[in-house]
Amino acid sequence: MAQPIRMRVKLVGDEADVRVLIEHPMETGLRKDPATGEFVPMHFIQTMTATLNGKPVLEAQWSRAVARNPYVQFRIRGAKVDDEIGIAWVDNRGETNSATTKVPAPH
Amino acid sequence: MWWMRRVALRRLGAGAGLCAAALAGLLRPLLAVAAQWNKTAFEAQILADALKELGLSDLEESADIVIKAPEIAENGAQVPIELSTRIPGAQAIYIFVDKNPQPFAAGFGFMDGAEPFVSTRIKMAETSVVRIIVGAGEKHYMASREVKVTIGGCGE
Repeated sequence: MAQPIRMRVKLVGDEADVRVLIEHPMETGLRKDPATGEFVPMHFIQTMTATLNGKPVLEAQWSRAVARNPYVQFRIRGAKVDDEIGIAWVDNRGETNSATTKVPAPH
Repeated sequence: MWWMRRVALRRLGAGAGLCAAALAGLLRPLLAVAAQWNKTAFEAQILADALKELGLSDLEESADIVIKAPEIAENGAQVPIELSTRIPGAQAIYIFVDKNPQPFAAGFGFMDGAEPFVSTRIKMAETSVVRIIVGAGEKHYMASREVKVTIGGCGE
C-alpha cells in the first residue's frame, strides 16, 4: 500500500532543486493483465502536495496520463540548509503516503 | 483558481508544526485537496470542455513559455516534459494532450517561493499537440508543440 517516495534535494544559491520519484502503478484502467486478459482497474495518484517547513509550495492535480512511477522536479526559492521539504499524495482509492527530507548543505 | 482556494483553507489550519505531527500535518490538508480533485475537468473527453471547466478562457499565445519535450517520443508511456515560464506572477501550469482520450493531463499550482517550473513524465496515446497553459493572476497564456509518438502509451 504505502509505496516509497524517493527525494533528492540540491541547494543552488538560495534555490532548492527537488527531484521526487514516487513508486505507484498509475494504472489507467485501459491496460489488460496479460495473464487473465482482464482490464487492470484504474489506480492513480490524483493529488500531490509539496511543502517547505510545513507550508505548501506546490500543489498538483493529476490524471491517469501521468506516467507510472511519477517523477517530478521543481524548485523552491528561499530555501536554506536544514529546511524540511515534504511530499504527500492521495490516489483514487484514498491510499496515501508522505515523506520528508532536509535540505542538505551544498557540496 | 483551484489551488488558491485550498491554500486559503489550509492556512486556517496551519501553525501547528510539522516535526512529530509530520504525517498528520501533511495528510489532513491533503484530504481536503483530494475532495476537490477536478473530476469533471479530468474526465472531459473534449479539450474545450476541460478548459471551460477549469475557467481557462481568453488564452493569449506566449513565447515566454518554454516547453522542453522530445520531438519524437519512442515510448508514449514515458514522455519527459519540462516546463518553465518567464511570465511575471505565473502561479499555475496546466498540461493538455489534445489527442489523449481525456486531454487534461495535469495541473500544478505554485506558491510561496516555488518557481513556475516543473519537469515530469506523461503518457501520450498517439502523436499529438501538447498544449501548455500558464495562469498568472486573472490572465491565461498558452504555448503548444507537437510530439510524435512511435508506440502509444494509452494501455500503460
